[in-house]
Amino acid sequence: MGAAESLDFRIPSDVQYIEAVVVQVVRRCEALDFSRRHTALNVPVALTEAMSNAIQRGNRDDASRDVVVRVAIDETRLVAEVRDEGDGFDLEACTVDATSDDNLHREDGRGLFLMRKLMDRVERFHDGGNVVRLVLHRV
Amino acid sequence: MSFTVARKGDVTIVDVEGQLIVGNRQELKQKVLDEVEKGAKKILIDFSRTGYIDSSGLGVLVSLAKRIRDAGGELRLANLHDELQTLFELTKLDTLFQISKTRDHALESF
Repeated sequence: MGAAESLDFRIPSDVQYIEAVVVQVVRRCEALDFSRRHTALNVPVALTEAMSNAIQRGNRDDASRDVVVRVAIDETRLVAEVRDEGDGFDLEACTVDATSDDNLHREDGRGLFLMRKLMDRVERFHDGGNVVRLVLHRV
Repeated sequence: MSFTVARKGDVTIVDVEGQLIVGNRQELKQKVLDEVEKGAKKILIDFSRTGYIDSSGLGVLVSLAKRIRDAGGELRLANLHDELQTLFELTKLDTLFQISKTRDHALESF
């Protein structure tokens, strides 16, 4: 990514911290002329989902555990890595089709589905913690 | 972010200002359920001043629709901007809710 700018955050496992991180990332995307759809939908929603999962499922809302977010953005793409202290999960097995008749009326179960709909690529791996990586190309 | 409750005729209108996300969804749920408890049957949620909604926010809307329906009422939505409309279409929730383009259209539809 050449001259990508990196934004780094470390937050406690409390969902109240999510929006402040998202605001800063979206602001940077706006400065780099990402589209309105990207800055008003794809980036804020997918990043919120990844952080929410990390806090609630990865760290089980344990305030003694942190979530680390590292975002690299340049004029071509955004790469966001969200790291928690949990055991990780199987991305394929845990993603459900939220639009199926069985799931449409459910209150939960749309997080991973949305992340994968809104990003060009979603990966999960272990690297000193459980990491979800989101990739979105600007064009 | 805040939720404002107002009334027009027999319709209870809830404005969502800012985001509807994991950090505040329970507040919206409780405000609407309080109105249902007080007897509100026709409830309109207006998103004209809303930024984005995450899966938790969508889940609360699904839950509220059921609770309101179970209480003999109706939940309707209005004023989704283009990105929110896309979000509802991606999740097919546009098929679950009655969505109006404007507040006035929604009020007339009850």
